[in-house]
Formats: sequence, C-alpha cells, structure tokens
Amino acid sequence: MSNNKISLQLNVEDFLPASDAEKERLTVMQRSVGFWKDGVRRLKKNKISMISLVVIILIFFLSFIVPGIYPYSYEHQIRGSENLAPMQYSQTEMNAMETGEHVFPHILGTDNLGRDYAIRVMMGSRVSLMVGLIASGIILFIGSLYGSVAGFFGGWVDMIMMRIVDMIYTVPDILIIILLSVAFDQPLKALSQKAGFQWIQVVGVNLISIFVVFALLYWVGMARIVRSQILILKEQEYVTAARALGASSGHIIKKHLLTNCIGTLIVTTTLQIPSSIFTESFLSFLGLGVAAPMPSLGSLASAALNGLQSYPHRLFAPALAISVIILSFNLLGDGLRDAFDPKLRD
Amino acid sequence: MVNYIIKRIAMAVITIFAVATVTFFVMNLVPGGPFMSEKAVSPQAQAALNEKYGLDKPLSEQYTTYIKDLLHGNLGLSVKQRGRTVNMIIETKFPVSARIGGMAILTAVLIGVPLGSIAAFKRKTAVDNIIIIFSTCGIAVPSFVVCTILMYVLSLKLGLLPTYGLASWKNYIMPVMALAFYPSSYIARLMRSSMLDVMGQDYMRTARAKGLSQIVSIFKHALRNAILPVVTYLGPLLAYTVTGSFIVEKIFTIPGLGTEFIGSITGRDYPLIMGTTVFLASLMVVMNVLVDIAYKLIDPRINLK
Amino acid sequence: MSEYLVNIEHECLSFFTPAGEVKALNDVSLHLDEGEILGIVGESGSGKSVTAYSLMGLTAYPGRLISGSLQFNGHQIERMTEKEMRKIRGNDISIIFQDPMTSLNPVYTIGNQITEVVMLHTNKNRRQAMERARELLTLVGINEPEKRLKQYPHELSGGMRQRVMIAIALACEPKLLIADEPTTALDVTIQAQILELMMELKEKLGMAIIMITHDLGVVANMCDRIAVMYAGKVVEYGSTDDIFYNPGHEYTKGLLRSIPKLTEKEHSKLIPIEGSPVDMLNPPDGCPFAPRCEACMKICLREMPPYTDLSDIHYSACWLLQKQEFEKQTQKGEA
Repeated sequence: MSNNKISLQLNVEDFLPASDAEKERLTVMQRSVGFWKDGVRRLKKNKISMISLVVIILIFFLSFIVPGIYPYSYEHQIRGSENLAPMQYSQTEMNAMETGEHVFPHILGTDNLGRDYAIRVMMGSRVSLMVGLIASGIILFIGSLYGSVAGFFGGWVDMIMMRIVDMIYTVPDILIIILLSVAFDQPLKALSQKAGFQWIQVVGVNLISIFVVFALLYWVGMARIVRSQILILKEQEYVTAARALGASSGHIIKKHLLTNCIGTLIVTTTLQIPSSIFTESFLSFLGLGVAAPMPSLGSLASAALNGLQSYPHRLFAPALAISVIILSFNLLGDGLRDAFDPKLRD
Repeated sequence: MVNYIIKRIAMAVITIFAVATVTFFVMNLVPGGPFMSEKAVSPQAQAALNEKYGLDKPLSEQYTTYIKDLLHGNLGLSVKQRGRTVNMIIETKFPVSARIGGMAILTAVLIGVPLGSIAAFKRKTAVDNIIIIFSTCGIAVPSFVVCTILMYVLSLKLGLLPTYGLASWKNYIMPVMALAFYPSSYIARLMRSSMLDVMGQDYMRTARAKGLSQIVSIFKHALRNAILPVVTYLGPLLAYTVTGSFIVEKIFTIPGLGTEFIGSITGRDYPLIMGTTVFLASLMVVMNVLVDIAYKLIDPRINLK
Repeated sequence: MSEYLVNIEHECLSFFTPAGEVKALNDVSLHLDEGEILGIVGESGSGKSVTAYSLMGLTAYPGRLISGSLQFNGHQIERMTEKEMRKIRGNDISIIFQDPMTSLNPVYTIGNQITEVVMLHTNKNRRQAMERARELLTLVGINEPEKRLKQYPHELSGGMRQRVMIAIALACEPKLLIADEPTTALDVTIQAQILELMMELKEKLGMAIIMITHDLGVVANMCDRIAVMYAGKVVEYGSTDDIFYNPGHEYTKGLLRSIPKLTEKEHSKLIPIEGSPVDMLNPPDGCPFAPRCEACMKICLREMPPYTDLSDIHYSACWLLQKQEFEKQTQKGEA
C-alpha cells in the first residue's frame, strides 16, 4: 500500500509549489450555455426532428406556394376529363397536344367531376394545415391566458377556474361539435348572404363551428399545463432569490417564469397542431368539415370510398398526405420536448 | 372512500344534467323544425305533427317535460322513425356498437401494455426501436385512413374479409382492428415511458437489493406502478372509441348507434339527436367515475377529494 | 489477506454514457473485518456509493466493472453469476438507502415488503414470515407492529420508514450491512435515533457495517475505520483517531477545517475548500485534488501520488507526504 522509496528519477523541481495558473489549466469549468442555445443545439443533433422539420417545410411549400403557380385550380371542372387515371390524358387533351399545345399532366388524375386531383390534394393539405394552425393558435391564446391567471393568483380564483375546467373536460367534444354544426348551419348560412360575410360560404359553416368549439372546449388541456408550470415556478427558489434582490413582480414574471414556460408552450403547441388536424380530418370525413368544393384531406378520403376498387389512388393520396403531416408534427414536437426539457431523457 | 364516490356521482349527475340542458337549447336554436326538409306539408298537417310531438308548446314547458322524461329514463319519440321511441332505437343499436367498441378497447390494452413493457425492458435494442416506430406511426394515422387501407387490402385485393354488415365473426375483424389501431399505439407509448420512469425509481433498486430477479421485480414491483397512467387513459379511450365508431360504422356499413346518430343529424330528428347525445355523454361520465375509483383502488397513495 | 470479510483491491469501474466514459472508480482498494464499522467519507460524485453497489453487483446501467478484485466472505464477487448474487443480496449483504420514501414501493403494504425478503431467502410460509416481520418491527423500535404491517409507506413518518428499511435489511441476519447515507434525508433528532439503533443492532447481531456518508460527525461516533474518497480514489485510510487527530491528506484536513465547531469563537469564518469537483469525463493525470490543494506542487499536477504509510493501518496518497517521508529518510541516512 505504500511506496516509501522515491525514485531518483524524479526531479527535485517537481516538488516546488505549483502556481495558480498551472492549477487553473486543469480546472474545467462547465460551459454555461444559454437555455435557448443549448436547446437548439440539442434539437439540431436530433436527426429525426430535423428531417421532420424539412418535411414540414416541404409540405408548406406544396400547400401554399405551389397552388399559386399550378396550372389547375381545385374547383375547375374540365369537361371531358372526368375520371382520368394518374398521368392519363383525355381525348380532348390529346387532341390539343397534337396541335402543339402543352397540357400539363394530371399527376394524380382527375375526380369524377373532371377536377385535377393533385391540386385538390394540395389544397386539402392547405386547409388541414390552416385549421391546425389557427385552432392551435386559439387554444394557445385562451389556454395560456386562463392558465396563467389561475396559476398566478391562486387561492379561490384558481379553485373556481379549475372546477370549471374539470367540468369542461368531461363534456364529450365531438358530440358538441356535431351539435353546434347542426345548430349553426341555418343562422350562419343566413349571415353569409349579407355583405362582408361572403367568406363564410367559402370557408363553410361547419369549419366555423369547429373553430367555435375549439375556442370553447379544447383549450383546457393547455390551461392546465400552463397553470401547473406557473405553480411550479412560483415555488422555485430563484423567484424568492430574485424578490430578495428587489426585483419587481413584473420583472419576475417576464424574466424567469416566462422563459421556462415558453419551452413547454412551444412543445405543447407543436403537439397540439397534429391533434387539431386529426380532429378536423375526422369531422371532414363525416361530412362536417369544410364546404364543397373546397377540399379537405378528410372529405377527399370520404369521397374516394365509393370508387375505392377502381381508383385506389384517390384514397391513398390524401391518406398519405395527412399521415405524413401528422407524423412530422408529432416527431418535431417530440424532438422539441427532448431538446428543451431539462430532464434529459436517455 | 365512500365520501369520494358520493361526491363523484354527484358531479357526474350535474354534468349529465348540464349536457342535456345544453343539448336541448342548442337544438332548439335551430330555426325550422324537424319537418322542414320534408315535402310541402299542409299547415294543418304541420300543426297536427307539432302537437303530437309537443313542439307547439312554449320552450320552457318543453324543457321541463324533457327533463321530467329524462329522469324517468324516457328519451322520447323519434320524429323521423315513426312509431319508434328513442329508447327502442338505442336499445337495439347500442349493443352492436358496444360489442365492437368493447373488443377494440380490450385489444388495445392487451396489445399496448405488453408491447410498451417489452420496449422499456429492452430499451435501446432493435426490438425497442421497432416498437417505437410502429407506435409513433400508429398515432399519426387517422382512423378513417386505417379503415380504408384495411378494407382495400384485406377485402378488395385479397378477398379475405367481407366489407360490410355483421353477418359472421369475420365481419368483426376489420372494424375492431381499425378501432384498436390508434389506442394500442398510444397505450404502447404510454406504457413504455411509464415503465422507463418506474424502472428508474429507487424502490426498484431496493427490490434488486433484496435478491429478487429482474423478472419478478418487473412483474411485481414495476407493473403495478407503471400501469397507473394507462388506467387514467381509459376514460379518454372510451371517448375515442365512441367517436371512432362513427367512422368505422360508416365505412363498414355496420348498423350501430353511430350510424343512427349521424343519420339523425342530417335528418334533423331532434329527439333522437338529444337522446343519443345524452346517452353517450352519460356513458362517458359514468366511465370516468369508474376509472377514478379503479385508480384509487390500485394506488393507495391517492388522496382524492 | 483473505481473512477480511470484505476485501476490494484495485477496483476500476466506469460508466459508459452518451457523453463519454465517466471513470467513477479509479483504482479503489478497501477492506473490512467481521464486526467492524467502516466509514466511507467523501463528497457527491467521489464514488463512495458506486463502490458499495459494486460489491452487491448492483452497478446501475451504463456502468461496468473494468478491473479489480472484489472479495466478500471468501467469494469473488466479480466472477459470480447473477443467480449466485441473488442468493447473497438481502441475505448475506444488505443495504439501506438514503431516501426511505422512494426506496419503498408505494403500492404495497409494509408487511408485504418485509415478508417478501423473508420468504425469498428462507422456507418460511406467509404466516411464519409475517410473524418474523412483526418480530423485526419490534426489534427496530416500531410500536404497534400489527397496525404498521397493514399500512402503506406514505402513512409512516420518515424515521419510521427508515426503521422499516432497516428491518427489511436485517430480516435474514446479514454478515454485512451497507448503509448509504441513511440519515441524510432525516431530521437531526431522528438521525441520532437511527444511528443509535444501528449500533444496538450491530452489537446484537455481530454484523459488519459500511457507513457511507458525507457527514464527518456521523463517522466520528460510529466508525472503527474511515476511508476518505475523492474523485474515485481512496485518498486516505485509517482508524477514526488517525483521521481525526492526525489527518494526512490535504482534502481530509480541509474537510475537518470546514466543520463549524462549537468551541470556536463567535464570528470566526467557516473555511470551505475552494474550487469545484473534478470533471469525471476527463480526469487529470495527476492527483485529482491538486487544483484545489493549497500545498499543490508541480508534480502533483502531473503524476498520481503513491500511498505513503503513516502508521500500521493509516495511509494516504499525497506527494507532500512522500516528500516529507523522503526528507526523513535522507536525514536518517545522513545521520
């Protein structure tokens, strides 16, 4: 256990005291990185999330930019071009091509009314994305407002607000959506005839009902999360520390509470988007979504049911589109959560 | 414990009551009665019909009648399906949906729990990765997509299963599979993360320190703790199954309650709409109460108020 | 050498994390006689718990033993199969953990958790095991044992839970009890009770104890021998008197200095040890304590110091001591 003899090879100078500089070289200080930089760095390392992000950007491109430059529109019914298979040309079109006219191919064929299917799928994606984003925006707004107020003030304010949340939670949402769609149908139709409300016709009564219900019911999950975040942060010691140092309540809220909250908010919202899209497509499939001729991925799939045997692509295209959209958002949300959640998961 | 049950039941009753009220008023907001879409009915016939269904009375009176009937379990007469009460319709159609829904829930739990546990146990191996991939995709694909793909592959292309109706046991396979797809993926993911969480707990270390084998400590110590989030999920799972059944029944042409409900909406059959809504809502509320009680039985820590 | 109950020699253990290899134990050697109490002292991350867990084969994933000999009661632990280890755990070696609340399964009763270990290692049936459980609860000083057996962990106080943990650990009368910071999570008054209980039981059952703690006060009262660990290495080892009255290593001296003493004048400053712990992903080549050491010499930064004997059983790893030893020898030589 010991070595009393000192080898004569050791230099006597080695036994001189070491300077502070020499000592410091060996002290490794933890690189203190900012919360955001650290999170973004972790996110970038996550290959799956990065791929999902690219896919999402691609989808946005296809849904919002491409339709603008696409030669066909979603509602234009081309006579004589009904029920074309993918990449097939109708007689009329072939005649036109013989005369030298360039006819853009129907990549996914046409539907039974002669409308180009590819553009309809792209527009359907646009509708689904917009519904997802707007609905999530509504939920984020109402939810965080409600949750912050409840969490920050606590006491009986909190208690009452949370009781209400509990009750809303138990209400079956789909049923209410369906009910409201039915109820609003006539009044909104009447309203859409008036000037300035024409857009209601385009968007569709059902979609408005969906948004109303989202605003009424779906924010409760977000509210609960925000509230619990606020509660946790209120207890955190650095709030006490900041107070002790003289920081005002507003300052505390802004700097400390929000920074930590925002991470959770981003993750929750990102995961809320596919959930909203899911719900919208579900309703569209049942015929309670956007009004014809505006397509939604759900209504396209529903319409494709009849001709499933002969034109399977009519189902698979919107089905694939919606699955990819939901999957990418889910994966991105998961990646964000892993990146910004301080509790590192293996 | 008994206190808790009483309180929950009271809350449940209030919620059902609230839903019924909301449903009633929403339905009556809609201008134009249930007979609007029919071919021109003479004013006298209209008045006679209104009287028969009590639609000519003032709203408040209709409401009280409605609530009174509700308390007696009477959900009224269907206005579109002449001669049939709402109760009758529900009684005949609901068992169909219940059977499929029940099987779907059972399938989802029986698939999801073991898969999630295996994934957690074999964390970071190929098995785990495969399960993660499948379950992540599983929750991204909407049920109508699953239904239609199943139908296309198994029925139209391979001709293995029938596409509609409920003639034989074969008819049940696709609807149940389609309905169980999302929940089994969700439960697998839930179970996996719950297991991982539990396996890192100190009491698992204590179990090993006592000399218990891995298997025993997982089954005895980990499982009971890890299953709790899944029990909590059972409530929303039922809600999902109910609404999912609308789609499944439509696609596979199954004469269940979902089809009736959707039909009643387009047909403006108010009593049927209201009756079905109240019934389904009550079902979900009751399920939530049962789940809460079950949770308390499994986890002695919970001090539910 | 094999007459020791526990003999760990040159143990090296690392954790293979995504961030890299964390060398948790860097040539650790310890030994313990039957009936002795060994205290392992050090800060968080020094490797004290890792050493104890490795003795029971409970090294957590992703840790792995790299090299070394772990001997217990004549057996080579590192060569045993999992099945053989299971016979030893809870039976010949038991462990109690720091936090009794999280160490007990919340969904099972106390009775269930005690009888579990009894029935695992003996042929007792459930009734007999319950009887034994009752005995054990009385042994550890819990009143109303009948009632307690049916209760759940969350219904007991912290002190009682730790007593239950001790009951579970002692159920099969082990030769060695490892106590991993058993009182850190408890109130000071309860701490004293638990330590007293452990001493009592040790006398009664004649078992050896490894007491892992960062609290020198606990160690002073209970232990026969003390090992001071820093950054995965035993930097000093000796009897309790040796360590407290004649500390050799600068780290040990620092620890002793930083304890507030009742006898000191008011307003005298607490003297902490400056600096922060070592980065275990990239441990330095030399003495791990060097950057924080007041007496640091150039060689300390470059090479790991060997052990210097300060007495028959007292030794420490420090270049300063080597230097002093060398000076003594040359003086003798010159004389």
